[in-house]
Amino acid sequence: MTPGKRFDLIVVGAGPGGYKACLRAVQLGMKVACVEKDPLPGGVCLNVGCIPSKALLDSSEYYQQMRTGFAEHGILADSVKLNLQAMMARKERVVEGLGENVRKLMESAGVECIRGAARLRGGNSIEVRSPASGSKSPAAAILEAGGILLATGSEPIPLPVLPYDGMKVVDSTGALNFQTVPEHLVIVGGGAIGLELGSVWKRLGARVTVVEMMPVITAGLDGQVSRTLERILTKQGFTFHLSAMVAGAALSPGGVRVSIRQNGREEAIECDRLLIAVGRRPFTRGLGVESVGVELDSRTGHVLVDTRYRTSVPTIYAVGDLIAGPALAHKASAEGVAAVECMAGISSEVNYDAIPSIVYTSPEAASVGWTEERLKERGIHYRAGICPLSGTARARCMGETDGFVKVIAHAGTDRLLGAHIIAARASDMISECVLAMELNAPSEAIARAVHGHPTFSEAVREAAAAVRKRSGHTA
Amino acid sequence: MQIQIRVPEVGESVQEAVLAEWYRRDGDFVRKGDPLFAIETDKVTLEVSAEADGVLKILIREGATVAIGSVVGILEAAAEMGEVLKPHGPAREEREAEPVAGTPESTRASDPGKLPAISGEEAPESPPALGKEPGRERPSVRELPPSAERLVAEKGIDVSKILGTGPGGRVTRGDVLLFLEESAGAEAMERMAGERRPPGRPALQEAPEEALAGSPKGAGAVSGAEVHRPQEAVRRQPMSRIRLRIAERLLEARQNTAMLTTFNEIDMSRVQAARIRFKEAFLKKYGVSPGIMSFFIKAAIVALKEFPEVNASIDGRDIVYHDYYHIGIAVGAERGLVVPVIRHADRLGFAEIEKAIKDFAAKIGRNLLELSDIEGGTFTITNGGVYGSLMSTPILNTPQSGILGMHKIEDRPVAVDGQIVIRPMMYVALSYDHRLIDGREAVKFLKRIKECVENPERIVMEI
Repeated sequence: MTPGKRFDLIVVGAGPGGYKACLRAVQLGMKVACVEKDPLPGGVCLNVGCIPSKALLDSSEYYQQMRTGFAEHGILADSVKLNLQAMMARKERVVEGLGENVRKLMESAGVECIRGAARLRGGNSIEVRSPASGSKSPAAAILEAGGILLATGSEPIPLPVLPYDGMKVVDSTGALNFQTVPEHLVIVGGGAIGLELGSVWKRLGARVTVVEMMPVITAGLDGQVSRTLERILTKQGFTFHLSAMVAGAALSPGGVRVSIRQNGREEAIECDRLLIAVGRRPFTRGLGVESVGVELDSRTGHVLVDTRYRTSVPTIYAVGDLIAGPALAHKASAEGVAAVECMAGISSEVNYDAIPSIVYTSPEAASVGWTEERLKERGIHYRAGICPLSGTARARCMGETDGFVKVIAHAGTDRLLGAHIIAARASDMISECVLAMELNAPSEAIARAVHGHPTFSEAVREAAAAVRKRSGHTA
Repeated sequence: MQIQIRVPEVGESVQEAVLAEWYRRDGDFVRKGDPLFAIETDKVTLEVSAEADGVLKILIREGATVAIGSVVGILEAAAEMGEVLKPHGPAREEREAEPVAGTPESTRASDPGKLPAISGEEAPESPPALGKEPGRERPSVRELPPSAERLVAEKGIDVSKILGTGPGGRVTRGDVLLFLEESAGAEAMERMAGERRPPGRPALQEAPEEALAGSPKGAGAVSGAEVHRPQEAVRRQPMSRIRLRIAERLLEARQNTAMLTTFNEIDMSRVQAARIRFKEAFLKKYGVSPGIMSFFIKAAIVALKEFPEVNASIDGRDIVYHDYYHIGIAVGAERGLVVPVIRHADRLGFAEIEKAIKDFAAKIGRNLLELSDIEGGTFTITNGGVYGSLMSTPILNTPQSGILGMHKIEDRPVAVDGQIVIRPMMYVALSYDHRLIDGREAVKFLKRIKECVENPERIVMEI
């Protein structure tokens, strides 16, 4: 067999983990190829995840505001109409624009972008199968490299009782592309994806019911944040079935009939669309990881890596949703960069203590670090300071007074351990807390830093100032 | 090509330095100009950068004392970037024109025949065990990220006690910090909050000589590659600033003076009798107990006045006489030896001296000693007797020219007027700089102290 093209590094997957890794590798002087099965780079995040959902969340928020929110400001609109096709088209433009940006960025950096599905042949070699349709390039090409970085991401977990059909039973991708507003959308899973897509369709007029297995929504977030968010969303018209299991589901003439079991009782819910958002699993199918000896976690399917992101095959690296940790685009990007730096011998790592996570509901929920629940569980001495947004001038001006900021610091050293925010602008407010944690700063540092007035961020400062006014909590 | 990494010249007088930190790890690929390691001398800290691109091989570990010009590592100049991606495993010395990156060392590379990139020897027969990864295993979550690893090494923590919250349960730097904050309790918290109060009370201390004897001069000077030796429990940590300073000062005194010690013994019966007799009245009036230190300071001042060279110091070709009497008292504190100075001790009464000593002890205990408290002494007294020392040879507190060593008081049979009697006796030692003080003066100086302490009325009469 004739050896194929040689590179220093082949990155498999052009999502947030993969493309950031490519760009960093080029900066470090490597000759890089990037293999991507989809036409546009950007991965799930850009094509069918963070970006299109945020485009729809913003559009639907405007619609919602115009229908009900603006009146309070004295803005009256007689008839507000929804053009869903236009809204979807705009979403597509946003996605395509950003995708094009990434593609240009990679190409101008000198990354060789190769379209096709990759399969590992060994520690230094992959086979790329290009999409068959009329392509002149050979159906399969062999690429070789000193190192291979796997960044193939994850895919939605299906419901065992009812497979996706792309129409009535959909995953998050399907729920971004409804051609009409559902009448009744049932969402299995009360996590970020379910709540965000639920918010979109709720605002556009759907009835939305969320079925969640855990007793709270957004499990893992600070309890107070979860409870507050649930209250606010309920006020917005969401119906929640918590501690509820999907016992069965079947297609019915009207759509889907979902039977749920809650508190020992079974209940049937009729809906025209069912969104399954119970989580994501690492996407390794067809990659041939087992055949070359890359070890997986048998329980979760994650690729096992060491602190340098090397798999059990020393020339194969892996980052992002493929490996353990939260399935977040920014975590993948950070790992992609760190992995490439480790390859180049630069001591690099990702600070997993300070990775923010955000739910883009309205208001938004953003969080970083330890929650009070987990600190109590571990018996760690901490203090928490809270500032409700109702006291924040800017929030009142905007009429966005729902929510609060909670800052948690160690009782002894005052080192910031976590921050939890519900606010219209929580996604941007969390950054200063992430920075403070990155710097091992005490909560006093936030409290003493001068914050612009009037801003939402003042609530972060107030919460930090409240930390030291309160007595220490112990488990 | 191999490039040796040497410790550069840092100054004329500097012969060796401490390899304070490797910025890069063994097996890392480094680029020309990347900082590789830092060396510390008593005066400067210096970063040393790579002279070329290449893979770093570390020969000397952090914390070792290295001679100027010695080789601490090697740069294997890499032919190409592909080289970088070689597994960091056992170093195989195969140099090929085409730097085909490493052979997968996985224990189950199932179809090796189909791997086109593999050249030559497929499975290296068990590689030399000096590599840090003898055979690649499952990537373990027990492995620490570099930042956490550094912290764990620095603090000497048992990682198995830390619960990991990182991906897959891996321990993060934050987990280590929390562990420290929680497990060390209040003490560690305070230290982290600002190095304010080390616990423990100070005590008047013995001759600083013991500090030198205990300093691991030999042990610290590990050089050369890691020597194979059985696994004995050894802990290595950098010296604290104060310990470094003490070490430096004492060595300097040993090397730069012509130090000599003369001895005598003192019958303490009259001082002891006076102390017992006036103890209550003294305590009532001044709030401190009458100690023996005040007698010795007073006696020393009588002698210093008589022998001004002992209160002087050498500066270049000059003798600097001090027409004042600032007496340093060596105190062993938790963090190391300190010598607070009682200023113008000649103008102070017994009670004032005792109070000054008590105040210093309190200040040291709370770590409030200021630089001005320890500067400017002209003569030093050290009392190893509080620890039970029978005899010692104190080291000069340079640039001072004399130091008096007190020791424990012991009932001993002595001959007085032809009779054997039991007396509370103390050996005293005077170490002096022979460059400035002749033996005759030193002996007479110590004898004058003896006379004053044995007959305290001489102190009053200054004879």
